[in-house]
Amino acid sequence: MAKLILSMDNLQLKDIALNKERTTIGRKPHNDIQIDNLAISGEHAVVITILNDSFLEDIGSTNGTFVNGQAVKKHFLQNGDTIELGKYRLKYVNDAPPPASAPDFERTMILRPGQVVKPAEGVSDEPKPTPMQAPPVAPPPPPPPSTTLSVVGVIKVLSGGNAGKELELTKSLTTLGKPGVQVAVIARRPLGYFMTHVEGATFPIVNGVSLDAQPRKLIDHDIVELAGTKMEFFIKS
Amino acid sequence: MDISHALEIVTETSSGMVRTHNEDATRTVPSCGLVVLADGMGGYNAGEVASGMATAVLGSELEKAFTVKSPHVMEGDRSWAQIKLETEIALTNTSIYQAAQSQPQYAGMGTTLVCAVFYDNRVTVAHIGDSRMYRQRDGVLECITRDHSLLEEQIAAGMITREQARHSQNKNLVTRALGVDPSVVPELHDHDVLPGDVYLLCSDGLNDMVVDEEISETLAMLSANLPVCAGQLISQANDNGGRDNVSVILIKVKYAFPATRAGETWWSRFWAWLTK
Repeated sequence: MAKLILSMDNLQLKDIALNKERTTIGRKPHNDIQIDNLAISGEHAVVITILNDSFLEDIGSTNGTFVNGQAVKKHFLQNGDTIELGKYRLKYVNDAPPPASAPDFERTMILRPGQVVKPAEGVSDEPKPTPMQAPPVAPPPPPPPSTTLSVVGVIKVLSGGNAGKELELTKSLTTLGKPGVQVAVIARRPLGYFMTHVEGATFPIVNGVSLDAQPRKLIDHDIVELAGTKMEFFIKS
Repeated sequence: MDISHALEIVTETSSGMVRTHNEDATRTVPSCGLVVLADGMGGYNAGEVASGMATAVLGSELEKAFTVKSPHVMEGDRSWAQIKLETEIALTNTSIYQAAQSQPQYAGMGTTLVCAVFYDNRVTVAHIGDSRMYRQRDGVLECITRDHSLLEEQIAAGMITREQARHSQNKNLVTRALGVDPSVVPELHDHDVLPGDVYLLCSDGLNDMVVDEEISETLAMLSANLPVCAGQLISQANDNGGRDNVSVILIKVKYAFPATRAGETWWSRFWAWLTK
């Protein structure tokens, strides 16, 4: 579950769990997080929590609400954000790992109208909610795309008018050839570079062997013939 | 009227890199210009049952309906396509809902749906949930359905931006689904179709894993070979983690396909073409 850690002058004062849809912050005693300091407005800000996402909103405070040094009116809180109110700091922590026992929570689920939206419990002893009925624990944030291939492939033209030219294959897809005549594509994937025939009656030839409809993995120093032009594929060191 | 000459349609699906089941289902009827894609949800294999029912029932019932009467015919102020999509979706919803009510192992199952019928240089699209339809025209990709999801509602309400939505942890919540309630309201829209357009129907396993710019680039580069293009989209989703089932239907519009109006003959069309 997400929480806010209240501190002043690097002294940790308390943890506040974001277990309500609205968590109010202000000087007056009816606030969920009361900060009795004249720099804080009576009703200063509110944190709205919807399942595992929280939003901070300044509700017309006199001295403003700052997140990571920037004045904000409305802010989508990210793990590690620091909210500044006068001398006080509220650190937003939302690093709840998905419970290992719940592999199904990334599944698409229906949220019914009128359903009570409450923040998900990080670890709970409650019975697992049935899919479709109860708000699920949110999935972990998506991992960074793993399309990063550590090496860069290069196509060097060996024959024809462009002989000697080199083309670095840095994009996820590179097409080669003449549209309408013969085109092949080289896809840059985590496992390497793959060539596939796209259009034209003749298929590309790699090391003297014609491709079929399947992708062909390119290996260092493969010789490719396409639309009458010879090219060499190599891995740049 | 058979329009399969005007459209090239390719389907590809994968259970992804994490899941063992594939709960997505697709159905295409090229002669009617009909495509259906559904992403099922619910425990055990119930998701597969729901999406399978949706595509099978809608595919065969709409094929029958559009063979009897052409989708462009107007009934009052609405086209036959709109009327049939709406009524058949309602009936399919009832079938899935009743199956879920009567069989304990199917309790709570449901499915998203995106269903399109091409006719008379137009397409009518019906959707429920977060399965999408995109159109690539003149190199520009546009999503022509709007998800029925919590995130999309937050975006519409101005709570978050589309960029922030990419980092949200509430991606998997849909606000409408087929078969979970006694009735459902599909969203229906008509769009003009031009030769050269490429349409993409996909489950969220694609657009959660591959950003729109990359989808657009792949469609632009590989639309000359739709099977390769579909395979490439699937492998991009899987290379990026493939955390969900991923399915795509690609439709390339090769020629215009105006409907044959009553009283029209090949000669009158030829004359119209000559005097155009």
